Amino acid sequence: MTAPTEETQAPDLLYSEAEDDLRAAVRSLLADRCDAPTVLARIESDTPYDPQLWKALAAGIGTAGLLVPEKLGGQGAGHREAAVVLEELGRSVAPAPYLTSAVVATETLLALAAQDGPVAELLGDLATGRRIAVLAVPFSAPAPDAAQPAGVVAGAVEGTVTGVADAATADVLLVPTTDGLYAVETGSAGVTVEPLVPLDLTRPLANVNLAKAAATRLADGASAVSAVRRGLLAGAGLLASEQLGLAEWCLTETVRYTRERHQFNRPVGSFQSLKHRMAQLWLEVVSARAAARNAADALATGSPDTPLAVAVAQAYCSKVAVHAAEECIQLHGGIGMTWEHPAHLYLKRAKADSIAYGTAGHHREAIAELVELPAP
Amino acid sequence: MTTPDAAELRRRTQDLLAAHPPAATDRTDFLRARFDAGLAWVHYPAGLGGLDAPRSLQPVVEAELAAAGAPDNDPRRIGIGLGMAAPTILGYGTDEQKQRFLRPLWVGEEVWCQLFSEPGAGSDLAALGTRAVRDGEDWVVDGQKVWTSSAHLARWAILIARTDPDQPKHRGISYFICDMTDPGVEVRPLRQITGEAEFNEVFLTGVRIPDSRRLGPVGEGWKVAQTTLMNERVSIGGARIAREGGMIGPVARTWRERPELRTHDLHQRLLTLWVEAEVARLTGTRLRQQLVAGQPGPEGSGMKLAFARLNQEISGLEVELLGQEGLLYSDWTMRRPELVDFTGRDAGYRYLRSKGNSIEGGTSEVLLNIVAERVLGLPVEPRNDKDVAWKDLAR
Repeated sequence: MTAPTEETQAPDLLYSEAEDDLRAAVRSLLADRCDAPTVLARIESDTPYDPQLWKALAAGIGTAGLLVPEKLGGQGAGHREAAVVLEELGRSVAPAPYLTSAVVATETLLALAAQDGPVAELLGDLATGRRIAVLAVPFSAPAPDAAQPAGVVAGAVEGTVTGVADAATADVLLVPTTDGLYAVETGSAGVTVEPLVPLDLTRPLANVNLAKAAATRLADGASAVSAVRRGLLAGAGLLASEQLGLAEWCLTETVRYTRERHQFNRPVGSFQSLKHRMAQLWLEVVSARAAARNAADALATGSPDTPLAVAVAQAYCSKVAVHAAEECIQLHGGIGMTWEHPAHLYLKRAKADSIAYGTAGHHREAIAELVELPAP
Repeated sequence: MTTPDAAELRRRTQDLLAAHPPAATDRTDFLRARFDAGLAWVHYPAGLGGLDAPRSLQPVVEAELAAAGAPDNDPRRIGIGLGMAAPTILGYGTDEQKQRFLRPLWVGEEVWCQLFSEPGAGSDLAALGTRAVRDGEDWVVDGQKVWTSSAHLARWAILIARTDPDQPKHRGISYFICDMTDPGVEVRPLRQITGEAEFNEVFLTGVRIPDSRRLGPVGEGWKVAQTTLMNERVSIGGARIAREGGMIGPVARTWRERPELRTHDLHQRLLTLWVEAEVARLTGTRLRQQLVAGQPGPEGSGMKLAFARLNQEISGLEVELLGQEGLLYSDWTMRRPELVDFTGRDAGYRYLRSKGNSIEGGTSEVLLNIVAERVLGLPVEPRNDKDVAWKDLAR
C-alpha cells in the first residue's frame, strides 16, 4: 500500500463553503446585470465597461479587495476566492477590469509590502473599487519576461507601451521602467491612451503613450522587477480560472442546445459522434478545474511549487477554453456563427486569453526549465 | 458500537501489532489477525474485516502498519477480488457468502477472476450467451468467456450467465460465484499482441454451481454486475500516483539521461504530454478529495478514459524517442505473468500493452457514452434491442 501522506500534503483542490457562497453572490449579480444581450449591447457602445456593474461587483460584494489585507482596506481573503470570482466572470464573459486591476495591479503593489505611503493608499483604493489600476505592460507579456519597460527622463516617464488591457478604463497606470516602478495618473498631462480594435471586445486594449508624464516612484529597479513578475504570475495563474469558467459555460450551453435541437427526427445530442465530443470536453473541463484550483491554491499558500503550478495550469487551461469555445460554435451549427448568439463572445475571449500573460508554448518552455526537460 | 475515529483506529492497530509482532509472525497469520481485528478495510462492517469506520480513515491504519513493517496483502495480485468481487459480495451476498468468501479473499489465500466478457459480447456485455440452466439445487453452466485475467491462478470467479433467453437481454441474466477447480472449467492461455498470455479463455462445459452460490435474485444479474463494473472503473482510474509516477516517468528519465536522443519535435510533444500527465494526476487527487469530503463525483470513469489515452500517447512517443532501439523488442517468449508490469519492461511492451487500456474495463467509446448520458444528461441513442427477447436478437 502507498504511503498515506499524500492527501495531507496535497494542495486543497476543492471549494470551501465560503467560496461557494461567494460564487453564488457573484453569479446572481452577473445574472441580473450581465446577461448575454447586455454584454452584446455594451461591447458595441463607446463604453464597453459598465461602471455600475463594476461598483456592484467590486464594492457591493467586495470582490476587488479579496487579495488585499484588511488593514489596508481589503477583505483579507486570497487567491482561491479571487479564482472563484474569475470563474464566474469567465462564465459570463463579463466586461470588467477584475483580472487587470484587482489581481495583476493589486498583486504587483502587494509585492512591495508597503504599510503606508502611496502604495498602501492606492491598494486601499483598488480594494474598494474606487479606482482602477492596470500594469502598463502588453497583455501578451509572459511573466518571466516582465515586458518592455518605459524609460525615465528627469523624474518623468517617457515611452510607449502597446496592447495594454483595460488601460482605457484605468485611473492609474503602474509603469515598469528601467529605473523602477512608477504610478502615472491617466488624466495627467503627457498621457495618451489610444484605444485599439481588439479581437476580444469584452476586454479592450489600448496603446499607452507617455510623454514626460508626471509620475510617482513606487519601487526601485530590483523590487520593481520582482513585483511585476509576481503580478504577472498571479495574473497567469488566476486566468486559468477564468478559462475554466468560460469552458464550463460553453459545455453547459452546448449540452442544453443539443438536447433541444432536433434534426433527423431526434435530438442531435443523441448522436454518438456528438455525445463523444461533449463527453471529451467534460473530461477536459474536469481536468482544467484540478489544474486551475492547484494554481490558485499554490498562489494562496505561497507554495514553492507556484511557478510550476501556474505554468501547468496555463499550458493546459488555455487550450481547453479554446477547444470548448470552438466546439460550442460547431455544435450549435449555423446559429453559432451569428452575432446575436453569444457563442462568439466566448470564442474571442478564449482565443485572446490563450495569448494573455504568455502563450501555452511560453508556459511549456518555463516547465521545461522547471522540471529539467531541456530542449535539444 | 460507535463509529471509531482516527485515535481509536490507531489504538486498535497498535494492539494488533503488539499481539502479532510482524517480525515474529507468519505473513498469512498476521493478515488473518488483521482482518479479524477489523483493520483490513475499515469501512466494511464489523465481523467482515472492518469496523464501519469512514473510508477516509483507512490511511491511518496503513500508516501505522507501514511504519511497523507489517506485511501487506499484495493488493495488485488480488486486485480483481479486492476491487470487484468484494464490493459485489458485500452488496448482494447472503450472510453465509460474506462469511465464507471475504476473509480468504482479502488475506490473498484465494485469488479471484471475473467471467464476464465473451467472444460475442464485449462492449455489448448484456448480449452474453453463456447459459445457466436450473437442475434441482444446482445450475448447469455452458459457454465460453474471454479476456479473463488471473483465471489460471484463481480459485473463484464472479460469473454472469443467461438464465432466461426469452427475456430481453438485460433481464434474463443471473450472477454466480463459480469454483474454478470444478470439473468442466477449462482455462486456456490467450496469447496477445505483446507475445505473452496475460489473459485467458475459459470454457465452461456442464459446470454445476449450487444455487447457494448465486449473488442476488434470479434474473437480476445485470443490476448486480453494475456494482462490479462501477467498482472496476474506479479501481482502474483511481490509483494514487506521485508526479511523474505514471508512464511519463520512464520517458522523462530517458530524456534527461540521453541528450543525444533529443529532437525539437519530440521536445514539444513530451512537454505537452508531461503537462497532461500532471493534470491527470491532479484530477485524480481532486477526485479522492471529493470522495473523502463525501462528495463522490462521476469523475471515476473520466479518469480511466484519460489514463488510457495518455498511456497510449506517451508510450508511443517513448518508442520514437528511442530511435534505433525502438526498433527492437525485449522478448517475444510466450509467458503467463501474474501481473501487468508496465514500468518493469521496455518501451515496445508498454506501447503494445497500453492498446488494451482503452478496451479493458469498458472501451473508451462505452465510457464516453456513459459520461454523455449519465453525467451530461444527453439523450440515449434510439435502440432496437430493448424489448426484444435475447433469443431473437441478431448475432
